[in-house]
Formats: sequence, C-alpha cells, structure tokens
Amino acid sequence: MTVMEFFGCGLIAFGPPFSMFCLTICKDPIRIIILISAEAEAGLQKVSEVGVQNPVVTDRLTLSYVAGLGFGIMSGAFSLVNVLADAIGPGTVGLHGDSPYFFLASAFTTLAFILLHTFWGIIFFQALDMKNYILLAYVFFCHLSVSALTLFNKSQSYAASIPPIYIITLVTAGLAFKAAGGSFNNVKAACVSRRN
Amino acid sequence: MANRGDTVRDDDQLVAATNCSDFNCISGQSPQRLMANDVSENSAFGARRAANTNREVELDEEEEIKYGAKHIIKLFIPVSICMLLVVASISSISFYTHTDVYLVYTPFTDQTVDTSTRVWQSFANAFILLGVIIVTTIVLIVLYKFRFYRVITGWLILSSFFLLFLFSSMYLYALLQVYNIPLDYFTVAVALWNFGIVGMICIHWKGPLLLQQTYLIAICALMALVFIKYIPEWTTWVVLGVISVWDLVAVLCPKGPLRILVETAQERNESIFPGLIYSSTVAYFTNSATVNTTMADTENEEGGNLTDTVPVAFVDPSQSNRPTVSSNQSVSNAQNQYELMEEERGVKLGLGDFIFYSVLVGKASSYGDWNTTLACFVAIIIGLCLTILLLAIFKKALPALPISIAFGLTFYFATSSLVQPFADKLANEQFYI
Repeated sequence: MTVMEFFGCGLIAFGPPFSMFCLTICKDPIRIIILISAEAEAGLQKVSEVGVQNPVVTDRLTLSYVAGLGFGIMSGAFSLVNVLADAIGPGTVGLHGDSPYFFLASAFTTLAFILLHTFWGIIFFQALDMKNYILLAYVFFCHLSVSALTLFNKSQSYAASIPPIYIITLVTAGLAFKAAGGSFNNVKAACVSRRN
Repeated sequence: MANRGDTVRDDDQLVAATNCSDFNCISGQSPQRLMANDVSENSAFGARRAANTNREVELDEEEEIKYGAKHIIKLFIPVSICMLLVVASISSISFYTHTDVYLVYTPFTDQTVDTSTRVWQSFANAFILLGVIIVTTIVLIVLYKFRFYRVITGWLILSSFFLLFLFSSMYLYALLQVYNIPLDYFTVAVALWNFGIVGMICIHWKGPLLLQQTYLIAICALMALVFIKYIPEWTTWVVLGVISVWDLVAVLCPKGPLRILVETAQERNESIFPGLIYSSTVAYFTNSATVNTTMADTENEEGGNLTDTVPVAFVDPSQSNRPTVSSNQSVSNAQNQYELMEEERGVKLGLGDFIFYSVLVGKASSYGDWNTTLACFVAIIIGLCLTILLLAIFKKALPALPISIAFGLTFYFATSSLVQPFADKLANEQFYI
C-alpha cells in the first residue's frame, strides 16, 4: 500500500513534467544543460554566453521555457522528495485524525507548482523583453497568492487550496501561451525549428 | 583501408591547417554501433568542410557548441548512473553506512573524541592518504618513464581483479543479506567467475564499448562504496577537499606528476592505459604520427592497490595552430585487428573522478536526507558542465575534480544545515514557496 502510494504520488507530481521533458527537451543536449543549470545562475549564464552562436539558445522562448521547467522541477523535487521518501513506509499518515490525503495533496500541489514555474518563466522572460510591467506584476502577485493559498493546507482544508491553485494554473497557462505568441502556426513553426 | 584513410586525413589536415579548424574527420566504419550516428555526422561535416571553406569559421563555432553539449551529455549519463548506483546501494544496504574497521591509511578512527581533536585527526588521515596517493602516482610515472609497461599492466590487472572479484562478492554478500535471499556457494562462484572474467577481458583487452563502459561504471561504484564504508566519517569530507586541490596541482603545475605522465604519453603517441579512463567514444586508428594527444589525469586509490586515472582528457589534431575543443582520439595498441582510420571527438573522464563524485553524493545520501543528495548531485553535474565549458575555452587538459567537488561540498554543507530544516518545515506544513 505504501509503495503504491509512493509511486502514485511520485507519478502525479513528476509524471507530466517528465513527459514534457521527454517530448521537448531530451533530444537537444543544450536544453538539458540549461534545464539542469537553471538552478545555478552562473551556469545558465555561461551556457547562454557560450551558446550565442547557436540559434537554439538564442531562441529566447525556448530558453525561458526550459529554464522555467528546470527551475520548477528542482523546486518541486526539493519540496516533495523527502515527503515521498516518507511515503514509502513503514507507516502512513491519517491514523491519528490527520487527513489521509496528505500525500495526495502534496503531490497535486507540487505538480501545480512545477507547471506554474514553467509558465511564470515564459511570461516573465517575455514581460521583461517587452517591458510589459503589467505581466511582470501579474507573475509576482500570482506567485504570492498561490503561495498564500497553500497556507490553507496547514489546517488540511485542501478543498480551499487545491482547486483555486489549479484555476490559477489554467489562467497562467493561457497567458503563457499568449505570451509565447500562441497560435496554431507558431506551434507548427516551433516543431519545425526544433527539428533543425 | 589504411591508404584511403591516409589520403582523407591528409586532405582534411590541409583544410584544417588553412582554416585553423578543429575537426579532422575521417570517414570510417565504426566498430561500435552506438557511435554510428556521430561518425556519419562527423564525416558528412568533414565533406562539407572540404567542399566549402569560406563559411567554415561560423559553422565551426556552431558545431563546436553542438558537439560540446553533446559530449557533456555523454558524460552526464554515465556519471549519473554511477552516482545513482551508489546512492541506491547506500540507502538500501546498511552494510555500507557503518563499520568498525577502517583503511590502514587512516589510522585515527576514533569518532567519539571532541571536535578539535577530530578536526586535526581528519586532516592527518587525509594527508596520510594523500601521501600514499602521491607516492603511488610517482611510482607509476617512474615505471612509465622507463617503459616498464608490463609491470604497469600487471598492476592494473591486479587491481581490477580485486575490484571485480573481492569487492563485488562483498557487495553481493551484503545485498543477499539485506533481502534475505539464500544462495549456494556454487552458484555464487560461477556467477562471480563469469562476471569478473568478462570484465577483465572487456577492460584490458577488448569488448563491446557499451559493456566496457558498464564495467568501468560498476568498478567505480564499488570503489566508491568501499571508500564510503572504510574511511572515517569526517575524514571523507577532508579527503574530498584535499584530493581536489591535489588534482589541480598535479594536472596544471608545470612539474605536476600527472602532467608529466600526459606529456610523456603524448611524446610517445600512446594512449594512457585502459582501465584508468572512461571514454565516451572509442576510435581505433593506426597512423598516430600527426596526432597530438593531450591528457590529464588524477589518481584514485583502490583498496590496497593504488591506481591512477585520467579525469578529463582530450586530443587535438593540432597540426593547425589552434587546437580543438574537447576532442579526442583513443589510440589503440597495434594489436587491434580492426584498426580503422578514424578519429572522433569525445571526452574522457578519469575513473577517479567518477569515484570521488560518487563518494560525495553517496556520503551525502548516507544521512538519509534526499534534499541534500539531490543538491549535491545537481552541484556535481553543474561543476562537470562548467569544467567541460572551460575545456572548450582553454583547449587543454583540465582536472575535473576541483569545480565539481567545490560545488558539491558547498551545496552539501549549505543544504544540510540551512536548506534542509527549512524545506522539512515547509513540507510538513505543506506550504509551498
């Protein structure tokens, strides 16, 4: 049971990011490097400096997406990895009046945060490039409000925290798509340029 | 075959010389299916270069980055696998996390003394260990200088024999004990014999590249586990620091022993012994007269026997004045029957680096906190990434330990004492920042 819970929660939190990684990043070594070094500012700078000649790196949208996803995965891993290690057993939570949904709620919140970090990355890069201060402010306040929403988790009223977080995630996803110049043609163009 | 290769090479070198190019691409058939893609890309690129010499410089830079990144990834994967293996073993097999016996090189093993005593004892242990390593390195270099190849080969074979048989049987024993699996001695003997002998053949003679790489990774993981078990707790951290400084000195100092080793190998147009380095590609070629091999190495220690390994090595076809970026050729010995004219770009990393990276991550994971482990892992990978980028900038052999280990140690102490309590509290409260 605990092992099932471990794998279930792990896949909930890291399954979608892992798919994103496999579909968009793992084919291009430079992107993997950016993803890993997203945590370390210096490393990221170094990579992008050295990579100036390369169209893949100068493509700021790719950079923002990859860096955002990398940051999201790292932050998600940091917040969930010890919880997951506890989930594997030998005991479990929920026996002494605590919510039995502790692990599930943690996993879903982590997923939302990984996705949100990716979207925030895209919007933030774009907003700074375009000097669009409204979008910039949106990212700040969105981050603040989502983090504040997770305060509900402490009293284990997950219904008050997780649905709003996911609604915000969807809205942010829409904004990120728009910030990335989202339209069907763009998606197609992106696919083509990746193949090159 | 050889003739064709020669002419292609000459043409290419002409082009290379005029362009200050970084590539010498020789078409050839790779014995390794793994590398087939690269080779074809390489030769295609070479052909394009020969045809059109004007846009070369720009193209070069792009390709440089692309190949640089590719090789970084090619090292990421084995390094990650090695670290993962060690971390998995440490966290599932308690045998490796505590001990009453220590290495003879670390005489001060009392872990109950007060802090200041423990500090100087750790340093004393680390310097004794370092002294042993320095002496062994010098012995190796003297042997190499005076061409006692058989002695060195015998030495290497002996150490890999110990690793493959003794340490793997130890590992198997601990593993079976943890999972409570009964197994008769006969089966164990047959399995170990096969495992060990195949490994010896692959490492010291020949075998599929993938198998050789697998064995090298396994050896490193076993060695790292032994270090983690038999070196006193605080000494491990000091050793990691001291060894990376030594790596820096040995590779970069004008009279550094490893530099001497590398330069001697270079003069003689030889490769450094297999079983010391992990190579992302293997290429065989006969005509090495024009090839300038640059290699650096660090040393690692194995149980009773000390062996030297090469951290990051690369070769430049430096007929042109500007040498290449992180390219290499492994020069095989003449006994290879399938000598192919071929040069490939690849990065080499000494097994010692694999071992000490794994020791750091394994030691971090032995305290049971995954945040710290993850931080150390990422730190080492970023350090490796930076080292390879520096390789692209300086275009000479570099020690692979200092940056990674410095990052790893910083991240370890920062995460375990600052980040981890905070992250634990946040995870408990399910508060996300």
